Amino acid sequence: MEHNISVNLKIWRQRGPKEKGQFVSYRVENVSTGTSFLEMLDMLNQQLVEKGEEPVVFDNDCREGICGMCSLYINGHPHGPVQGITTCQLHMRKFNDGDTITIEPWRSAAFPVIRDLTVNRNAFDQIQQAGGYVSFNCGGAPDANAAPISKEVADVAMDSATCIGCGACVAACKNGSAMLFVSAKVSQFALLPQGQVERARRARAMVAKMDELGFGNCTNTGACAAECPKNIPLSNIARLNREFINAKIKD
Amino acid sequence: MADLKKLEGMIDSTPIMADYADVESANLPENQIDSKIPEGPLAQKWTNYKAHQKLVNPANKRNLDIIVVGTGLAGASAASTLGELGFNVLNFCIQDSPRRAHSIAAQGGINAAKDYQNDGDSIYRLFYDTVKGGDFRSREANVYRLAEVSNNIIDQCVQQGVPFAREYGGLLANRSFGGAQVSRTFYAKGQTGQQLLLGAYASLNRQIKKGTVKSFNRCEMLDLVIIDGRARGIIVRDLVTGELKRYAAHAVVLATGGYGRTFFLSTNAMGCNGSAAIQAFRRGAYLSNLAFTQIHPTCIPVHGEDQSKLTLMSESLRNDGRIWVPAKKEDAEAIRAGKKKPTDIPDEDRDFYLERRYPAFGNLCPRDIASRAAKERCDAGYGVGTGNAVYLDFKYAIERLGEDVVRDRYGNLFDMYQMISDDNPYQTPMMIFPASHYTMGGIWVDYELQTSIKGLFAIGECNFSDHGANRLGASALMQGLADGYFVLPYTMQNYLSDQIKVKHPDINHPEFDKVEKEVSDRINRLMNIKGTKSPDQIHKRLGHVMWNLVGMGRTLQSLVKALDELEEVRKEFYSDLRIVGSANDLNTELEKALRLEDFLVMARMMAIDALNRNESCGAHFREEYQTEDGEAKRNDEDYMYVSCWKYTGDNEKPVLLKEPLKYEEIKVQTRNYKS
Repeated sequence: MEHNISVNLKIWRQRGPKEKGQFVSYRVENVSTGTSFLEMLDMLNQQLVEKGEEPVVFDNDCREGICGMCSLYINGHPHGPVQGITTCQLHMRKFNDGDTITIEPWRSAAFPVIRDLTVNRNAFDQIQQAGGYVSFNCGGAPDANAAPISKEVADVAMDSATCIGCGACVAACKNGSAMLFVSAKVSQFALLPQGQVERARRARAMVAKMDELGFGNCTNTGACAAECPKNIPLSNIARLNREFINAKIKD
Repeated sequence: MADLKKLEGMIDSTPIMADYADVESANLPENQIDSKIPEGPLAQKWTNYKAHQKLVNPANKRNLDIIVVGTGLAGASAASTLGELGFNVLNFCIQDSPRRAHSIAAQGGINAAKDYQNDGDSIYRLFYDTVKGGDFRSREANVYRLAEVSNNIIDQCVQQGVPFAREYGGLLANRSFGGAQVSRTFYAKGQTGQQLLLGAYASLNRQIKKGTVKSFNRCEMLDLVIIDGRARGIIVRDLVTGELKRYAAHAVVLATGGYGRTFFLSTNAMGCNGSAAIQAFRRGAYLSNLAFTQIHPTCIPVHGEDQSKLTLMSESLRNDGRIWVPAKKEDAEAIRAGKKKPTDIPDEDRDFYLERRYPAFGNLCPRDIASRAAKERCDAGYGVGTGNAVYLDFKYAIERLGEDVVRDRYGNLFDMYQMISDDNPYQTPMMIFPASHYTMGGIWVDYELQTSIKGLFAIGECNFSDHGANRLGASALMQGLADGYFVLPYTMQNYLSDQIKVKHPDINHPEFDKVEKEVSDRINRLMNIKGTKSPDQIHKRLGHVMWNLVGMGRTLQSLVKALDELEEVRKEFYSDLRIVGSANDLNTELEKALRLEDFLVMARMMAIDALNRNESCGAHFREEYQTEDGEAKRNDEDYMYVSCWKYTGDNEKPVLLKEPLKYEEIKVQTRNYKS
């Protein structure tokens, strides 16, 4: 059953990308265990505002685990201690009365801090712009049923396409690698007939952009897949490596 | 303040409307609305329009600038398609990436008249279902065009690599949604909105790389600039630096979504707002049909005062889930007191009220009807949970299909439910209750999707056009993409063709100085109130007023009371608001306050529109107007029109204009989902 708990928070506060940050301690009392983690932060911010202090800035929007806007490194895990969910889906029933919770932003050279817990993930957009699409103009598509796709292939493509672009994989990786993110998009298109024509070009372009933007190398630790809120499997990275090698052979 | 006692027993607001709006002006000749519906038989109108509209040649397209505000399904599809055509597009969003727009949260699916299932679907049937679902309050020609282009959308999305669900033979799968007797809904697990938006985002990215589209993230439009009667630009606030910036163009497109968060608690994302619509309203665009807000029947019930938003459970669940409450009041009371569990109630003591009241459509009746039926049972004392919840039960589906099939179809939704409620829906029924979800009303547009301001267009949820008084499930995605991919890129050219000699509009025009100053004055005014209440506190109060008095059931008395209470909330806002931090900096409290100020205007207009409409239709249920068995009672003679509200000043009475609705190819009848 639901009950109320009180928690201590250690939150990273930083005014801007170039400024020095630090942990600040707060306490939030009487939080219902049915409350979501972000609602608990809303309660904290309400307290701060009442004292005339600036609220903690954190990205969030849909609050149902799909937009990819929320982030937060909670007690050493991207999106908190529960597997397979985003921070906004985390509820306070996963914590105990009196717990101290440490909250940090994503930490990666490619994701500079904007303010407090908010980071700039524009690098992800740039990788997608490098080749994460099928090149055709609206109006030219053939009938949707013209190219049958087996259910198994469509399902695997769907699993790859489920990536919400939150950046947890980069935050989880000791090298700050974006391989899981890039491989999910490359895999989706490599599996589907619509993606075949530009298959090699896409793998080359997206990997090149990823390298250019300062993401680290993949050393196969698998932390990304373990922490991914959408359970994007590591097999995508294996597929990306094959795609990339095949593309290079064609060069 | 109206005297509530005087209103006792009154049901017709006509005598008191003069206190709130200038209704008489509706009949003045200068206030006639031209919706620009093309000539010819219904099925030929769009073809004829396309054959005769003016176009812009490729060399001239390069010299024309278009601002698109918003990157959801409508905004991203419009921006990318206009970019593909060769226009210069400036595309803005408030999120950190175009991919985050709230279209991403749509779960269930997208309708199209492909008839791949050979179950009798056609363009006409999709059109008919949509008009009927909208309770005969949408514009016939627009809806027919929507049904016509629906099939192109599916082709477009498959080519983009959207991994729609498929049958073992490799062809596309379909499922059923409310208000239809065919299976015409295409889906990608419970993440259809996400996949369609990522498709549009991919096309957008291709144009950003090519340079035809410039993308501006974390930027919020704060006003519209009109020069010589034409929309020529916008003022935006950079949400990272707090700086005000100017952008000019030959035309402006709003694709800014709905204003469901007027209710504070809704299924909308935290950033969703009605501000662009209010800015356009203040500058002369009409707002229409604001009485029609969709209250979605299957959301997870409210748990407490600290709640920030409500989570939707996809309508697709109603394909296999059965909705019920206890048939005996004492059972409902025992469940609420925690003495009984839902699984303790035998089948014969369960009231499957939708199947009982609407045998032909059962659990798949349209959203407005399902929501009202839930409220009726809860108001009568049969609710479970806190008293404001009903059951959605998969026991029968699991018995019929097995748990694996149910998991395959709805697994991710069940997981989501369990995460929030801590209950396992495979073992005990889900609890659900209606919540604010989608706004059918919005900015008035003509057939070309142009507002009453020249050069200002509105697409997707932020316009009023296609859903009438109630939207059917899986039709929002269809409309957003239809507008962006297949309608606006054609119709805009009809406007832009006479703009080819206009040089790139200049941000140094005195009108930009003036509007930017107005925006910065507005921000300073709010910053200087220096009261004690945070924007969220006042927003919650606004939400209570709206949900209790302008919610699922309204009366003349509740609406008049709402207008009085809204005035109180407004006073509190302007006297006791507190915004910490500075205006020239990242400031999330200021963002909330600016949006709230606009919600306050929207709330008042929603109540006035509901007060004016002395009938029940679709999502607008005036309790005075119902049949003996509790169904909505329409008044076609007096209210078969689109209400178009014209702004006259912040504290002035808005003027009501009317666009009469004419149905030429469809027989207007009472909606019937019983037989």
